Amino acid sequence: MSETDTRAGTTAVTDDDDKPLLKVEGLVKHFPIKKGLLQRQVGAVKAVDGIDFEVRRGETLGVVGESGCGKSTMGRLITRLLEPSGGKIEFDGTDITHLGTGGMRPLRRDVQMIFQDPYGSLNPRHTIGTIVSAPFRLQGVEPEGGVKQEVQRLLELVGLSPEHYNRYPHEFSGGQRQRIGIARALALKPRMVVADEPVSALDVSIQAQVVNLMDDLQDELGLTYVIIAHDLSVVRHVSDRIAVMYLGKIVELADRDSLYASPMHPYTKALLSAVPIPDPRRRAAKSERILLRGDVPSPIAPPSGCRFHTRCWKATQICKSTEPPLIELRPGQRVACHHPENFEDQAPQDTVLLSAAKEAAALVADEVLAESAQTSAAVAAEASAKEAEDSASKEPGDTSKEPGDK
Amino acid sequence: MTELTKTGAAVGEPSSGGEVPRAFLDVRDLKVHFPTDDGLVKSVDGLSFQLEKGQTLGIVGESGSGKSVTSLAIMGLHRLGNRGKNVRMSGEIWLDGKELVSASPDEVRRLRGHDMAMIFQDPLSAMHPYYTVGNQIVEAYRVHHDVDKKTARRRAVELLDRVGIPEPDKRVNSYPHEFSGGMRQRAMIAMALVNNPELLIADEPTTALDVTVQAQILDLIRDLQKEFGSAVIIITHDLGVVAEIADDILVMYGGRCVERGPVDTIFYEPQHPYTWGLLGSMPRIDREQTDRLIPVKGQPPSLINVPSGCAFNPRCPYADVPKGGITRTERPELREVGGRHFTACHLPQEDRTRIWNEEIAPKL
Repeated sequence: MSETDTRAGTTAVTDDDDKPLLKVEGLVKHFPIKKGLLQRQVGAVKAVDGIDFEVRRGETLGVVGESGCGKSTMGRLITRLLEPSGGKIEFDGTDITHLGTGGMRPLRRDVQMIFQDPYGSLNPRHTIGTIVSAPFRLQGVEPEGGVKQEVQRLLELVGLSPEHYNRYPHEFSGGQRQRIGIARALALKPRMVVADEPVSALDVSIQAQVVNLMDDLQDELGLTYVIIAHDLSVVRHVSDRIAVMYLGKIVELADRDSLYASPMHPYTKALLSAVPIPDPRRRAAKSERILLRGDVPSPIAPPSGCRFHTRCWKATQICKSTEPPLIELRPGQRVACHHPENFEDQAPQDTVLLSAAKEAAALVADEVLAESAQTSAAVAAEASAKEAEDSASKEPGDTSKEPGDK
Repeated sequence: MTELTKTGAAVGEPSSGGEVPRAFLDVRDLKVHFPTDDGLVKSVDGLSFQLEKGQTLGIVGESGSGKSVTSLAIMGLHRLGNRGKNVRMSGEIWLDGKELVSASPDEVRRLRGHDMAMIFQDPLSAMHPYYTVGNQIVEAYRVHHDVDKKTARRRAVELLDRVGIPEPDKRVNSYPHEFSGGMRQRAMIAMALVNNPELLIADEPTTALDVTVQAQILDLIRDLQKEFGSAVIIITHDLGVVAEIADDILVMYGGRCVERGPVDTIFYEPQHPYTWGLLGSMPRIDREQTDRLIPVKGQPPSLINVPSGCAFNPRCPYADVPKGGITRTERPELREVGGRHFTACHLPQEDRTRIWNEEIAPKL
């Protein structure tokens, strides 16, 4: 039943834009900090602090960010493993924000999760058959041809042998266990799969196997993925669109190619530049790297205004006082920044750098700063010219991060 | 002998017979085996390499390939206390003219921390939670230097400052749990460097860190190496990290070295199918988007039952290219294929070059 829905979802492209599969508005999750005898609340960890996004049918949304940015909490909220403190989650038109366990049960068939740790997420005392058939048991589903046959079909689908049915998790390697977790997630033919760091615990050669497997399954079953990961190379490989999170907020949400070719948020730019490139000849180009100062601030008391202003080399007074909204500056690229990279400045009147920003800028190579100023100016000029002419051409002015071709 | 002194490495007289080492660190035919109830685990099975001062060697491989066991063997950490009974080590490890495998535990203890130091992957479990960071650095210093606590403490503050910890004179009194992950890793680097070691081994120093912090730490290690001129071994599974920091790369598989050479050679003219596999498995952020990764099929080998012949043969797409099933019967030896570039593969040279140029390189 759900299978036909999914198929229709992927083929009917016209539906994509107006009816996203998952819609999140102003989602908030605060974990209270309690202290003392009376367990009075003295504060809160603002893990997710007001995020909006949607997941389109059949696409892969990648979510990246450093540890503590709230990406895993976000994953647990949209699968409703956690109760949101505020905001709204809509799955396929249904409001699921505050559904109870019973109310969620029918939806559990449609939304499944793949976990990071292939050792912790499989019960060591259950056989693979029991583990993969659990969804059928819990949902009271009797698949065609019986549970055992279906489980064996699933095992084959993820590249395991049907004879593994009676084995225990400890008999498998990490990559094989992750395949078992994937088989379990796919048992009920879900429409959306949320994968929290699905490959980060695996070795490189095995990582590639699992990435390819998830890719194939998406084509075959028309799945929609939300993939949460910290590895920017992996996220680029698997995602159609990418959300970058920083301290509980989405700072940039864009389609893959725009994000990697011309990141607009300074944090995205720093994050991308920090990825070690497996090409020794690029070592000379190391000056492109933007080193961020210090650590991510605590989510208990996040900085005012733009949360990145304490580490940003472009921060001005407005960044400290006003929180920038996440707005669509370029088609398909939403950014929350007053002074975006590769684009017209959003607050050009505000030019005095904060003292922290001056220190941060000392770590950024002059060429990078100069180039960024140049591209911003070019884009601004282009934008005004475009306004005048109302021409349809929209060349992104930046080529700085263009990958080499060999 | 003139040739030896030219390298500036062979200083001390070797304690036993055999050839005098040429390099600062010279590992020869190192074997580390662990007898277990299930059989003999051959974690490292005949590994040789050399490393000079001021050079960085990157050791890459998957989990269970023997990279960490190698580093622990050099540090003499397999033979501590009771653990010594459960390990069989053979071969030679020459550090600055001293042989470590046959050395007594006391001799190795004098070197450990002073001549060679180690940075571990997880600083939270590598540091003692009960003592302040300062105390732990002071202890490491006073073990090797006869100084009073005050001097040692000054030295600790100086090093915390050097590794970029803000307000070092205050943070020296903090406990490890009060530091963030990146700061803990910095503190551990400070602890490793407190005695100016000539050999620094970093075992997955950035794996537990975020990418922006990783960039900071790699930068720090690079700067410190320049400053102190030590030899560095960096163990990682991330080819991006070694591409940034290493001069030489050693690729390990199943407890043995399958390929070794200068970093450029390994990345641009790799000769071993496993190295090709590693390069193909990696999503590349610096290249055009590829549709599919090219994974290595199958699973890493069990170290109890290492496949006969070439350990990689069950996963190697070219195992049947050399005739007569030699890949399954005979273990390939490490052979020089170019300037300082060694590989252990049965494929004939011309086949390897052809496969790399025609089949592998275009797809990467």
